[in-house]
Amino acid sequence: MTTVINIPPSLDEQSFEHVIEQLAPLPPDQKVLFDARHARWSSPFGLTALLCAAQSRTERATFAVPEHPDTVSYWARTGFFRHAAELFELHGHVPRPREGHDSDVLLEITPVTQSDDVHTVVGRIQQKAADILHGQLHLETAATMGFGMTLSEACQNIVEHAGQGGWVAVQTYSFRRRLGRRVVVIAVCDAGVGFRQSLESSPGHTRDDRWGDGRALESAVVHAVSRFRHGDAGRGQGLAGIRRYVSRWDGKLSVRSGTARIALVPSWDEDEPMRERLPAFPGAQVQIMIPERLAGDPAPAARSRGSERAGERSDGRSK
Amino acid sequence: MHHIDVSRVLRGAVCELYSNLVTRPTGAAVRTAIEALLAERNPPTITTIDFSHVNLLDFSCADEIVAKLLLSHVDADVHDRYVCFRGMREDHLDAVEAVLEHRALALVWDRDGWPELLGRVDADERRHWDAVRSGGPVWAPTVARTLGNTAADAEARLTQLWRRRLLMRQDNGFVVPRGVGGVAA
Repeated sequence: MTTVINIPPSLDEQSFEHVIEQLAPLPPDQKVLFDARHARWSSPFGLTALLCAAQSRTERATFAVPEHPDTVSYWARTGFFRHAAELFELHGHVPRPREGHDSDVLLEITPVTQSDDVHTVVGRIQQKAADILHGQLHLETAATMGFGMTLSEACQNIVEHAGQGGWVAVQTYSFRRRLGRRVVVIAVCDAGVGFRQSLESSPGHTRDDRWGDGRALESAVVHAVSRFRHGDAGRGQGLAGIRRYVSRWDGKLSVRSGTARIALVPSWDEDEPMRERLPAFPGAQVQIMIPERLAGDPAPAARSRGSERAGERSDGRSK
Repeated sequence: MHHIDVSRVLRGAVCELYSNLVTRPTGAAVRTAIEALLAERNPPTITTIDFSHVNLLDFSCADEIVAKLLLSHVDADVHDRYVCFRGMREDHLDAVEAVLEHRALALVWDRDGWPELLGRVDADERRHWDAVRSGGPVWAPTVARTLGNTAADAEARLTQLWRRRLLMRQDNGFVVPRGVGGVAA
């Protein structure tokens, strides 16, 4: 018997929870049909997480593609169907993606399995990211370079911790519901071992009664704990760096793993910082959202470093 | 004085096509190649590690290259090897400063031809380092007079900075290691 998993009309990080709620009770070998016929829109998180949902099934799942031509065309341009065809049995008409890229798609859905993939992702996005972040979202040049670093570190989490490949996608879209501005969104999703199991594999790991997916996320995202820390004190800085970048540009970071989800919530959002006892979903799903800057927004916090203070060098020479 | 162009090392040691310093394996490969270049030179040496042509530097590479290179110098038995850094842009500094802070390290970097400290140094260390930069080569008693503390205190601080490879101890006193902006090595 096939179980139908209904894909919400608007698929994003929040509504993907409805997909997980339907999937979580099912054994991995249960035959399922992902019914996306009525889907009209998806964030990059939704599309990459759908691929992870397929990865998590031992029985090849069926996928009913969106019926609306605009939706199916846009999903094709993100590269979704190219990868979905390897994981799902696709039902419905899938258009061939048009030549020429969509201006909203900074990075098509791209598999990340090894370190070389991170070089490819970062190299591929750089020029376009500079054009869009600076030109369209009015972010300063410093934000563009930090964006590449953030993307790199987020992808490396898959390579170093997931135990299997995952997916990354970057898009801009108008986030009117909460913010009324355009945003750029990085989604990095895998169906691997997840944060808890990754940290448990560390030789120095100790667990107490409170240990679980929530504590694992808190350790990694807030306290920069890495499974490699036991032998290398420098590990765990990637997520800390992502956190700093997101905070500096008034963005939002959320990470879901297992049965928990942690979020760094900016003032413009009302998300919960920590949710536990969610339906289980394998791996880790990361979303980074940076909003457009508008005239009148406060400038990002200036960084003072070394001996420089207030525009002067420590020897008194002006800069 | 020697000069190492990090982007050239990246292309030679990892991949001719890469211009970004991202991922730990890449950082480790670049550091290993730099260490091999440093090992060819007999101390005393000052080597400038030049990031001028590096496009993007992530935290993992900053840790593998900058932090671990500094650690190997601080821990080394041979004290006459110094590295200083140049060509680091604002976004490079974000990554480098984060890893230095995390590992309680500091470095000397050439900022538009003028040496600066970056990383974890306390206020007292910084005052002594500044005094040497302004007046060096200089011995502890002179620094003590400048700062109004005892010669013993100044000697202890300067020696600490020397052990951290933030100052050089020469025949004529302590001095800030200054790099070169050369073309290749």
